[in-house]
Amino acid sequence: MEEKYSSIITPRNKLFEVNFKEIWDYRDLLLLFVKRDIVTSYKQTILGPLWWIIQPSMTVIIYMVVFGGIAGIPTDGIPKPLFYLSGVCLWQYFSDCLNKTSNTFVTNSGIFGKVYFPRLIMPLEAVISNLVRFGIQVGLFVVVYVFYAISGTNVSPNGYLLLFPLLVMMLAGLALGFGIIISSMTTKYRDFQVLFSFIVTLWMYATPIVYPLSQVKGKVLGGIDLYSLMLLNPVTPLFETFKHGALGEGEFVGWGWLAYSFAFMVVILVFGVLIFNKVQRNFMDTV
Amino acid sequence: MPTVLEFNNVSKLYHLGKVNTQYFSDEFSRWWTTKVRRKEDPFLKIDETNDCSHKSESHYIWALKDINFKVEQGDVVGIIGKNGAGKSTLLKILSKITSPTTGTIKVNGRIGSLLEVGTGFHPDMTGRENIFLNGAILGMRRQEIAKKLDEIVDFSGCERFIDTPVKRYSSGMKTRLGFAVAAHLDPEILVVDEVLAVGDIEFRKKAIDKMRELSQTEGRTVLFVSHNMTSIKKLCKSGIVLKNGRMDYIGNIDGAIDHYLMKNPVLESDAAFPYATKRRGNGALRFQYIRLLSKNGLERSVFEVGEECVIEVGFEATDALKVCKESRITISITYSSQQAVAWLSSSLFVDRIDSNSTTIRFRIPKLMLTEGIYNVKLYASMNSESADEIFDAAQLEVIYHDYLGTGKAPPKDVTSVGHTFLDYAVSWK
Repeated sequence: MEEKYSSIITPRNKLFEVNFKEIWDYRDLLLLFVKRDIVTSYKQTILGPLWWIIQPSMTVIIYMVVFGGIAGIPTDGIPKPLFYLSGVCLWQYFSDCLNKTSNTFVTNSGIFGKVYFPRLIMPLEAVISNLVRFGIQVGLFVVVYVFYAISGTNVSPNGYLLLFPLLVMMLAGLALGFGIIISSMTTKYRDFQVLFSFIVTLWMYATPIVYPLSQVKGKVLGGIDLYSLMLLNPVTPLFETFKHGALGEGEFVGWGWLAYSFAFMVVILVFGVLIFNKVQRNFMDTV
Repeated sequence: MPTVLEFNNVSKLYHLGKVNTQYFSDEFSRWWTTKVRRKEDPFLKIDETNDCSHKSESHYIWALKDINFKVEQGDVVGIIGKNGAGKSTLLKILSKITSPTTGTIKVNGRIGSLLEVGTGFHPDMTGRENIFLNGAILGMRRQEIAKKLDEIVDFSGCERFIDTPVKRYSSGMKTRLGFAVAAHLDPEILVVDEVLAVGDIEFRKKAIDKMRELSQTEGRTVLFVSHNMTSIKKLCKSGIVLKNGRMDYIGNIDGAIDHYLMKNPVLESDAAFPYATKRRGNGALRFQYIRLLSKNGLERSVFEVGEECVIEVGFEATDALKVCKESRITISITYSSQQAVAWLSSSLFVDRIDSNSTTIRFRIPKLMLTEGIYNVKLYASMNSESADEIFDAAQLEVIYHDYLGTGKAPPKDVTSVGHTFLDYAVSWK
């Protein structure tokens, strides 16, 4: 009689065999990890979660001095603190997610080496727990925003602001996709880790954070229209849409570019999950 | 009983030395032969045995090779082997931490693996929070843990500290808590690595009882790795001996332990015998401890010439001992570990070791040895075959303290005084 088995462990799994049901089964673990991260991240600090507000505030002040003051880059008539803060909040979330997900295997090798659970839980946890921090920073943004609105400054939100949840989701998706690809590569060659932190820094300047996108309009770099080139950066449309929606800055980048970002996110996520799934089976031997 | 676990030709290849860059050429040549030329992997052909002590030319090693066995439901399997024999690799593959290089494992039921106690404990979180986290890591649902919380806390015996961060816990408490969570995991197949070594004897017993209960009353299957033969013998029904990554023996647990002990005459050092230099035997009897006692029952290592000395030896005998024709426990007192000075044996009194006892006492009313440091060797035999033999099981120091009541002492030169002090008197005519 042929025995029935609930699972079979084989040397290799098929490329497209991603067990999403299993991840769903472990959803409680995901939530507990998120809770652990939030509860413990500022244990034994005096200011605690206040750091989440101090960090972006300091960054904004530095930008105001360096880019706004010394370099004299205009902000399209938007109050400088508000302009920089909008970009800093989004970017902080994006880069936090990237950094944390890209180190998944290396930082968790201890726990991964002792117990099995779907490895994808870890990067997912990073993206979700960073949302809390992001939420607090958005709160700061709202406070500053209301302050300017009351004092009569010209901040004109419009309907595109409703896209905000979608923008955050896309930002998270892009960070997750890129992060897990890098984490899969760093199990064997740590070079990628060094390279990647460098790339993230450069990436920030290729995103309209310290300058408005309108500044590059009409500029040509080596025969290529710099404006379109910048929009090829999949996070640029997200930043621009948010700034346009919340502050009325510049003009809407257009649905085409948003769709481009979305498609980019889907491709990078699918690719990332596949490569991650392949690496997770044997990474303990090489990490 | 239905089969719940089946290993089919499972092998695992590991790289030696650095994994990357240095062997990029190997990686390329592997890719070239397997993917482009579609031939067999050149490195998988290496038929190297996994032996840590010999240096080999190859960069690859079979940590496991051709492992084949089946486990039936409710069985408790002990996995025995020297360090590096492949025990942990086997458990890691079974727990899906790494995948086999070749072969398949068919599993029927949820596997709960305990390769380390308290994985994922966060030092800043309380015991209660960590129970939830650790349980979820092991694959439990939140409600499941909540339902069993009281049982887990009770089993761990950490009730008073349950709302204290675990960084304030002692390592033993962490082990207790971690094991308590895993024991309530309720998997169909429980995989336990050598994790109980940290806990005290009481807890180890509790843990083993719990595992036995799981297998006997609930029909759970247990795979258990340990170097502690007593625990293995207590808990397991069948055993697998691994040697250099291969299956060396499979069968019932007594056979497995005998096989292992006979193949590995020098056993792991034992805390009970810190001075021991060598230990061998087939394990039919195992010495547990040795104590040198004074007249009033106090443990000592230094005795005066002519003092009363009791040598107490604890042992644990197997069933084989009960049926054998002849067995004995012998103590040899030696000087410099070589020169026999005295020989004491149970065989001068009885033919067989009393297998219902766990200790034997040799009472020496007058210890008539000269001043010096002696070694005690323990030896047990069954049908004149060595069951357990421990060289230098204890040290015995003898000092001269005016035994003759003359206020004088013999010279300290061993070559002239020898090892025996005779009770004598001097008279003049």
